[in-house]
Amino acid sequence: MSTSQTTTTEHHPALAHQFDSMEQQQDASTFGMWVFLLTEIMMFGGLFTAYLIYRLKYYDAFVAASTSISVGWGFANTLVLIGSSFTMAMAVYTAQKGARKQQVIYLILTMILGVAFLGVKAKEYHDKYDECHIPGHVIGKGFNTWGGCSSTDPKLGNIADEIRERDPKVPEVAAVQIAKQTEIFFSFYFAMTGLHAFHMIIGFGLLSWLLLRAWRGEFGPQYYTPVELGGLYWHFVDIVWIYLFPLLYLISRTRT
Amino acid sequence: MSEHSHPTPKLYLIILTCLVVGTVLTYRAAFWDMGIFNPVVALTIACTKATLVILFFMHVRYSSKLTKLTISAGFFWLMIMITMSLSDYLTRAFLPR
Repeated sequence: MSTSQTTTTEHHPALAHQFDSMEQQQDASTFGMWVFLLTEIMMFGGLFTAYLIYRLKYYDAFVAASTSISVGWGFANTLVLIGSSFTMAMAVYTAQKGARKQQVIYLILTMILGVAFLGVKAKEYHDKYDECHIPGHVIGKGFNTWGGCSSTDPKLGNIADEIRERDPKVPEVAAVQIAKQTEIFFSFYFAMTGLHAFHMIIGFGLLSWLLLRAWRGEFGPQYYTPVELGGLYWHFVDIVWIYLFPLLYLISRTRT
Repeated sequence: MSEHSHPTPKLYLIILTCLVVGTVLTYRAAFWDMGIFNPVVALTIACTKATLVILFFMHVRYSSKLTKLTISAGFFWLMIMITMSLSDYLTRAFLPR
């Protein structure tokens, strides 16, 4: 038993050997997480930029299509996601305090709200499926907005009719043309909300893993970095939705 | 950097309230005809909400200068992408507006 070795001292089991202290380790982890999140922001940013360009080019079609999606469900989902951000922030807070039971409760609450969000999203997607508003001709009965999609209910999903109901001065040819262009909006709608929902599912997986570790009581004032980073990811997904809601659902509701 | 003083549950509740109020405001404002200012108001509220989430829920207000600088740089690049792309497309003759 040589006592000359001075390299090892008592330290937290989660401290990796390349770091001097738990605090330095957490700073490095947080920094790395933010660099990753910035790449995510650039990825969503590319979609937002493309969305803005097409919105300016096909404004009438974007208004018509945006009016056809349910603003009530979008509003409710925004509140659900903001609530889940709050419970996530509280999960980080209680993890830092080392309150095992409370962090488990807050993590479960966050997961419940996340599932509620995805449930509403699934309902909205199904509505669009029923109205034949899924772009392309792969899923459903194809994109057939101008003629209505169902032989039983010709009014269902008929955007051209909706445009002429709001403004009878629009000629039928123009209304059909605009209705046809809404396919561009719906492509953005499904790409952006779909990528966002995919992030929610990944976030749910992260939360399940955090819940397991929180249940085992692994987190405390010295070590709660995984909860902190999981929280950063969850809040980032919330921020994306904060922009998606006004841009997709609220383009021009005053015309209705 | 030295101290990781995080906000209290009380502050989190205040932020939550602000976010809910912001959401209701966006929703109400969308049905009020302000002409060209509708998207401006909607995006201003969205940016305010995002800033609150970043500063408090994501603890950026309490993080190191290095993290703050990195995040600012990231958003600066995002703004370059959006403004340069839009100023290109919007000044071309093939667009109607």
